[in-house]
Amino acid sequence: MPEQQDDILEQITTSEYKYGFVTNIEADEAPKGLSEDTIRFISAKKNEPSWMLEYRLKAFQHWQKMEEPNWANVNYPKINFQDIIYYSAPKQKVAPKSLDEIDPELRNTFEKLGISLNEQKRLTGVAVDAVMDSISVATTFKEELSKVGVIFCSMSEAIQEHPELIKKYLGSVVPATDNYFTALNSAVFSDGSFCYIPKGVRCPMELSTYFRINAKNTGQFERTLIVAEEESYVSYLEGCTAPMRDENQLHAAVVELIAKEKAEIKYSTVQNWYPGDKEGKGGIYNFVTKRGICAGDHSKISWTQVETGSSVTWKYPSVILKGDYSIGEFYSVAVTNNLQQADTGTKMIHLGKNTRSRIVSKGISAGKSNNSYRGLVNVAKNASNARNFSQCDSLLLGDKCGAHTFPYIEVKNNTAIVEHEATTSKIGEDQIFYCNQRGMDTETAVALIINGFAKEVMNQLPMEFAVEAQKLLAISLEGSVG
Amino acid sequence: MLKIENLQARIEEKEILKGINLDIKPGEVHAIMGPNGSGKSTLASVLAGREDYEVTGGSVDFLGKDLLELSPEDRAKEGLFLAFQYPVEIPGVSTTNFMKTALNEKRKYQGLDPLDAAQFLKLMKEKMKLVQIDQALLSRSLNEGFSGGEKKRNEIFQMAMLEPKLAILDETDSGLDIDALRIVANGVNQLRSKDNAFLVVTHYQRLLEYIVPDYVHVLYKGRIVKSGTKELALELEERGYDFIKEEVDQAIA
Amino acid sequence: MDATSNIKSAYAQLEGKSKNLSAFQEENWKTFSGIGIPALKHEEWKYIPIKNVFKASMNIAVEHDAFDQSALSNYILPGTEDANHIVFYNGRFQEHASKINEKDKLVVKSLEIAAGDEDAAFVETNLGNSQGYHPDGVNALNGAFAAGGAFIKIKKGAVISQPLIIYHFADSSNGFRFSQPRILVSVEDNAQVTIVETYVNHGGGESLTNEVIEICTGRDSITRYIKLQNEGNLSNHTGTTHVRQLERSNTHAVTITLDGAVVRNNLNMVMEDEHAESHMYGLYLLKGNTLADNHTIVDNRMPHCESNELYKGIMDDQSTGVFNGKIFVRKDAQKTNAYQSNKNILLGDQASANTKPQLEIFADDVKCSHGCTIGKLDEDALFYLRARGISEKNAKALLLHAFASDILGQIENEAIKNYIETLISDRLSLEA
Repeated sequence: MPEQQDDILEQITTSEYKYGFVTNIEADEAPKGLSEDTIRFISAKKNEPSWMLEYRLKAFQHWQKMEEPNWANVNYPKINFQDIIYYSAPKQKVAPKSLDEIDPELRNTFEKLGISLNEQKRLTGVAVDAVMDSISVATTFKEELSKVGVIFCSMSEAIQEHPELIKKYLGSVVPATDNYFTALNSAVFSDGSFCYIPKGVRCPMELSTYFRINAKNTGQFERTLIVAEEESYVSYLEGCTAPMRDENQLHAAVVELIAKEKAEIKYSTVQNWYPGDKEGKGGIYNFVTKRGICAGDHSKISWTQVETGSSVTWKYPSVILKGDYSIGEFYSVAVTNNLQQADTGTKMIHLGKNTRSRIVSKGISAGKSNNSYRGLVNVAKNASNARNFSQCDSLLLGDKCGAHTFPYIEVKNNTAIVEHEATTSKIGEDQIFYCNQRGMDTETAVALIINGFAKEVMNQLPMEFAVEAQKLLAISLEGSVG
Repeated sequence: MLKIENLQARIEEKEILKGINLDIKPGEVHAIMGPNGSGKSTLASVLAGREDYEVTGGSVDFLGKDLLELSPEDRAKEGLFLAFQYPVEIPGVSTTNFMKTALNEKRKYQGLDPLDAAQFLKLMKEKMKLVQIDQALLSRSLNEGFSGGEKKRNEIFQMAMLEPKLAILDETDSGLDIDALRIVANGVNQLRSKDNAFLVVTHYQRLLEYIVPDYVHVLYKGRIVKSGTKELALELEERGYDFIKEEVDQAIA
Repeated sequence: MDATSNIKSAYAQLEGKSKNLSAFQEENWKTFSGIGIPALKHEEWKYIPIKNVFKASMNIAVEHDAFDQSALSNYILPGTEDANHIVFYNGRFQEHASKINEKDKLVVKSLEIAAGDEDAAFVETNLGNSQGYHPDGVNALNGAFAAGGAFIKIKKGAVISQPLIIYHFADSSNGFRFSQPRILVSVEDNAQVTIVETYVNHGGGESLTNEVIEICTGRDSITRYIKLQNEGNLSNHTGTTHVRQLERSNTHAVTITLDGAVVRNNLNMVMEDEHAESHMYGLYLLKGNTLADNHTIVDNRMPHCESNELYKGIMDDQSTGVFNGKIFVRKDAQKTNAYQSNKNILLGDQASANTKPQLEIFADDVKCSHGCTIGKLDEDALFYLRARGISEKNAKALLLHAFASDILGQIENEAIKNYIETLISDRLSLEA
């Protein structure tokens, strides 16, 4: 077995990233570096109203006074924020008036990634906003959605078309001053998606945004805002990939969710940014702040994430349970391989009465990677009858990787019930042999066992993406160990 | 079908099999009996290809192929099935999903198209009857929280699904009550044909009342020390293993 | 004058006076001066405002205050009259008040002497290990005043039949008493001992005891350690118990906290050799404004080690319980089994609990798990008992007692177990 293990470990580390191609398209870029001028440049490019520019400048001034955080269990060289291009937009010859007019090069890029911008060839019941580098290149099904009053468009468009909504909600869950990277994002964000589901509407299709980093030396700073009015429902999915490049690229996004009374938002992420090569060269720094607020009674926010990419991940999708009887959920599978590092988890802040939260986190470490779960469950003084259950399991493949669990549990109300369980295990040789004896090779056996390990989370994904995500899991651990 | 010649194996530094010879032809049922620690389960594990054991000598021919050269999965795909003494648990993987993967891997190896969901379900329903196993059990995680009897029935169910040429039952009777034993044995008997063969490893004669063997071999200290027909099993039941031990130990002395 | 300058002037009075420990004290003083007392933003001190506990008005003993031995008899733990005992008074070892029955097996002397005699080499390698392991301003501050400490040795193969009880007296009759006891213990190969530490606030004023005890457990040794804290609500405590475990050693620690103002206990088990075993149990039964913070570390560095940990807390009134448990499994520590569990019950409507169980695993062939719960009494069980005619008050007491009894059951010495049991029963006011 040991010899075989080494072979398999070898194979793992050589498995290829399948989305690493580069699209050759001319880009409209800001000069490298960050200053007030950069921000003015971005704002001007987008023809923004002055209140938006002011918002950005204020965030920037705040950011300048802040220090880069270092508490996460990750190591990476210091980022030179002056060495990043903060705005890069693929040049389109004419501004597309309809989906048919999109630059074929761009269309091909997304086709290659399995994202069709052609409504006829669409995935059944999924509307897509496609974002490349700093801007949204296309949003499908806008018309169909608008019939029921759902707004689904790029953030730039929303700032122009729905300023009253943006003014009201942008930064209301994640203030610009929240942390170092939210301040940076608030200053320089260039695009992203905006969804608004009116009262009583059940969004008729899955909404999704597909993020693609293409240009060299750029950072991607997108912003997503979802507002679900009373008694509405929406399921939203994001996916992301990037070319293979030797230098690291920064992705610092902010996502805000607002669920009003009896509303439900289901937010799923399949994160597959370029993880770097097996020596740890290149890859995306994925420093993201995601937070939702269950603002109304009986509202629900559910985060599901499948994290396989990025060289360094630093992200804690959180829920503030403000409304009484509100529910927060977090389901996560995080896979790290080679020299990847992930420090991810969630925060469940119980403020309202009779609030419930559930955390299921499955970490899989292989190669020389480090995978940390970090989570907070906080029950405030007035949050009577709060319930939380957390399950954090780690699976180790090989003896060169690390699995870490850092749960913080803070309870200030004596009617709360909070339970946390964590385990660490490896794939047993006897499990592999059993599968072998039934005629499966070791790779199939490992894929089967891993999917079993992650099943509880995978089951949360919308049907259309579950299969894709399962394949992705198998690919990122291609030929794993026994 | 299976020809074992002078097979020797050890685990770490300990010699366990010290020269096994055995010839199994299609349609035959062989029973291997012996006291605890005689090497019965080792023989089963070595044939299935468990790598904890090191084969130090001898050869095994299985349907014209050198069995010892094949990986465990290829042995399985060639038609060798081991019903485990201690079936493992795999959390989150249902028996149904597990079997579908296994069956289609085997079909691929045989150059056949994979079964689609409907065909698979049909086959499964058919085989479920054989061992009186419940659909609900097959939807649960493989062997997780199964009782001893359920695990063993699940093994026989899997055997029925994979239709092996040679099935090795490793102490399949251990921990089974009489009802469960009868169900398991019935399953096995219905699968017997002139084309396949069984190697039944057991400590007790009881199982052999239900699965009647053509040959019985007694394994002791890593060697087959006595072979006979089903009457030998009865004799063992009556007289215990001691008389064999004495015979052998005297012969050595 | 603020707390730091108060401490500074106390240090100035003893600086250079110790023959054998001056260098050690100086080194620690330097460390302390550099990092100071941890603030709340220090991750390991996140839930405990320790800075506020250090007061400008602290009385710091630098001279060897004479302990009035007659005071001791009032505080001897019931049923342990025959036990060995050692006394610390205001943080300084009182040889004259100590009683050792089995002098041929058990050696107790001042740390100052041990650092200059045949035990000097042991002191050299082991004193300050906890600080080296986990640099910390509070620990360093204790080190700067270490010359008043004691050295304990359980000789090779010795089985000490009676427990060794360490009484810590803090005399607060003249105002806020700051004591810093320092103890170094060598449990030699194949030896067996039970060590008990207990604390007395003498005088009824405020106090802070900042203690460091370092234990090295030899091959095949068995060490039982009990820490009992029931000083009263004006007594603060910061203590580190650091255990270095050699091959096949077995350490069993029970920490019981029943009263105090701000209490911090660090317990470190460092498994330096194969097949070491450690068991850590804790009970914090808090009321009033008590804040008790238990920090534990199990560091598995070698293969085949095993650790078990169970800490339970009951928080009444406005009290706060904190648990922070870390399990490390280093790269070489294959075949480690490590289990950790923390369970809390919040009784008081102003009570709170913070818990942070952590796993850091770098080896794959291991079995590790942790779990924690924070909740209230099981209402079904409560109802069941009441339906059988038991009053609500007694039903609650019964259930709480049952909750605590797992931990009590871990205390092997009957006399000490019975004594703590009485304290707990009184507290839970179980009516007969």
